[in-house]
This record gives sequence, structure tokens and C-alpha cells, in this order.
Amino acid sequence: MNTDDLVTLLAHGAEPVDSRATARRFLVAIAGGSVVAVMLSAGLLGIRSTPLDGSSIPMFWTREVFCAILGVVGVVAVRQLGRPGLRLGWLPLGYAAPLVVMWLLAAVALLGADPQDRASLIFGQTASVCPLLIALLSTPLFAALVWLMKGLAPTRLRLAGAACGSAAGAIGALAYTLHCPELAAPFLGIWYVLGMLIPTAVGALIGPRLLRW
Amino acid sequence: MGEEHLRGLLARGLAGDASAYHAFLKELSAHLRAFFRKRLGRLPDEVEDLVQESLLAVHIQRHTYDPGQRLTPWVYALARYKLIDLLRRRARTDLLHDPLDENNEDFGASDSEAAEARRDIAKLLEALPDRQRLPILYVKLEGLSVAETAHHTGMSEAAVKVGVHRGLKALAAKLRSAS
Repeated sequence: MNTDDLVTLLAHGAEPVDSRATARRFLVAIAGGSVVAVMLSAGLLGIRSTPLDGSSIPMFWTREVFCAILGVVGVVAVRQLGRPGLRLGWLPLGYAAPLVVMWLLAAVALLGADPQDRASLIFGQTASVCPLLIALLSTPLFAALVWLMKGLAPTRLRLAGAACGSAAGAIGALAYTLHCPELAAPFLGIWYVLGMLIPTAVGALIGPRLLRW
Repeated sequence: MGEEHLRGLLARGLAGDASAYHAFLKELSAHLRAFFRKRLGRLPDEVEDLVQESLLAVHIQRHTYDPGQRLTPWVYALARYKLIDLLRRRARTDLLHDPLDENNEDFGASDSEAAEARRDIAKLLEALPDRQRLPILYVKLEGLSVAETAHHTGMSEAAVKVGVHRGLKALAAKLRSAS
């Protein structure tokens, strides 16, 4: 078929494009994946209401905001990488800033603590299960975001896969905070980050194969 | 003829103006041809195949173009993706003698001589199942309306639209695997 004929074929009866359809898919994927993550966290692991006092409230909210910011950055990265030709802009900084702040808080906490308390700041009670549980909670959202990405046109497949994983990991971690009793910055800066890195690495690994079009 | 002109045509096309959309694709194909010809010096036979593959991709992925975005980077990111995909498929990366730099030309070069591709879309179309082939045949090749096509085929109007959409996607996939 001649290229001019193909042009005619494609243009014939071309329907208007509903620009909100993509936004709707975004909403469905993120809301759906997040709700399932919260249900898994509450149903499977159980909500643990950590008694908060004046000294632990700031770290409680630091933890929530830390996960939430990384979740938002991840979702924006998914949006940018799903459309050809968009720049990443401030996104690298968006990833770096919350991590650096958390690691600074961790350094301050470790330096200010007695040497014999440092291990418990780092390992808490649950270090051995935390990253895996975060990765587990991130799987529904990860699947939803990959489905979403497959409906878009990523041109950098490894980064696109990693973006899906990082968004899912951060929101999965946010859901995990319903259950998790840990509030120490060194714990969060290591095990939470590791938990988010698992789906990110999986995304980077399978992106080139899974997202081709 | 540049960014603004093509962007205007595309905006009207996305709103449902088929003749503006036709003009957009026609002019775009000339830019794509120049883009690929410049980068496939040693593989001239691949140029028209890639032009057609990219046009199909532009059409299928047009919902990922954000009207607030510059059109040039969108088009060339897509074209570059298709080019790299082809070279990877052929596992002939040594032919990449021309660096695929990030600098997009400004829709400057253009080559409007349409040609036959080696992989014939008409032939690939015949291999599609009826629920995709017939909607494309009636709506896209013969220019019938969706309602008329539904009447002719006994399909629902929704099924006709889905058939066109999925059929074009299937064609794009066949075009990829045929090379």
C-alpha cells in the first residue's frame, strides 16, 4: 500500500479524541491500586494504632509525608514518561529531596543517640519483614500502573518501568504505615527505601520487555 | 510550514475534523520520510516501511499528545523510538553510523514523494479476523459511516469502533513482526 493511501485510510472517519479518557484511566489505575493496597494492609496485616504522644507525632507525620511525596513524584514520572517527547524537568530533584531529608534526619538521630541505642534505631522490631511487606503491598498498584503505561506510548522503557515501580512502592509504603509501628528516621531511611526500591528495580528490569509497542 | 502550522492541523484533527487530520498526516509523512532517509543512508529500503509504521503509531497514540505540548519533540521521540526498535529488531546496530542525537530538527526537512512500502499493509489487512477487517474495510477504505458499517456487517456501532481501533493496533503489531 502506498503511503498516501495509508494516510487516507487513517484519516477516513477519524473520530474526535476524548482527551479525558486518558485522565480517567489514570484515576482508575491509581485509585484502584491504592484501595487494594490499603485493603491488603488493613485486612491481611491488620491496622495497628500506635499510641502517639507529643514526641512521636512529628515523626509519624514525617513518615506519612515522606511516602506521600515520593508517591506523587512517581505518579508524575509515570505521566511524563508515558508521553513521547516530554522532559523529566524537576523529577530527579523530586526523588532526591525527600530521600536526602530523611537521611539527614537519620544522621541527626543516630549521632544524638547513645551508642548502645543505635542498633534499635536502625533495626527497630520489624526490619526483617518491612521491605518485603512494602513490596507485597505495592504489587496491585504496580500491575495497574503497568496496564496504564501500556495504554500510553513510553519511549524510554526502562525508565518508564522504574517509574511505575517507584510510584507503586511509595504508595504501597504509605498503605503499610497503617500497620507499621516504626517511626525512627534511620529505620525509614533504610528499610522503607529498600521496600520501595524492590518494585522500582523490578520495573526497570521488565520494562523493556513488557512495555514495547 | 512548521510547528505551529502542523500543530493547528492536528488540533483540528483531534477535534474530529477529518480533512485537517488528513492534511496533518500527509505533511507529517514528508517530514518523517526526510527524518528516516537521513538516518538510514545504508538501508534505503527501510525508509518507507518506517514512515508507514510511524504514521500508524502517530494515529494509534494520538491520545498521548497533550495539546499544550510542543509537537516537534512528540513526533520525533516517537519516530526515533520506531527507528531504534527497527534497528534493534534487525540486530544490526553497526548501521547506526549517524548518531541519534536529541536535537530535533524543526520540521525543516521534508520529502513528499510517497512510495510503496515493502511490507504491504493491504496484505496484512487481509489476515485480520473479520470483526477487525470488515470495520477497517468499510469505514477506513470505503468511507462508509459507522452506522452504515454496522448495518452492513450486523455488528453494533460500538463493536465497529472497537474493531477499527483494535484492527489498526493489530496491523501495527503485524507490521513490526513482518520486518
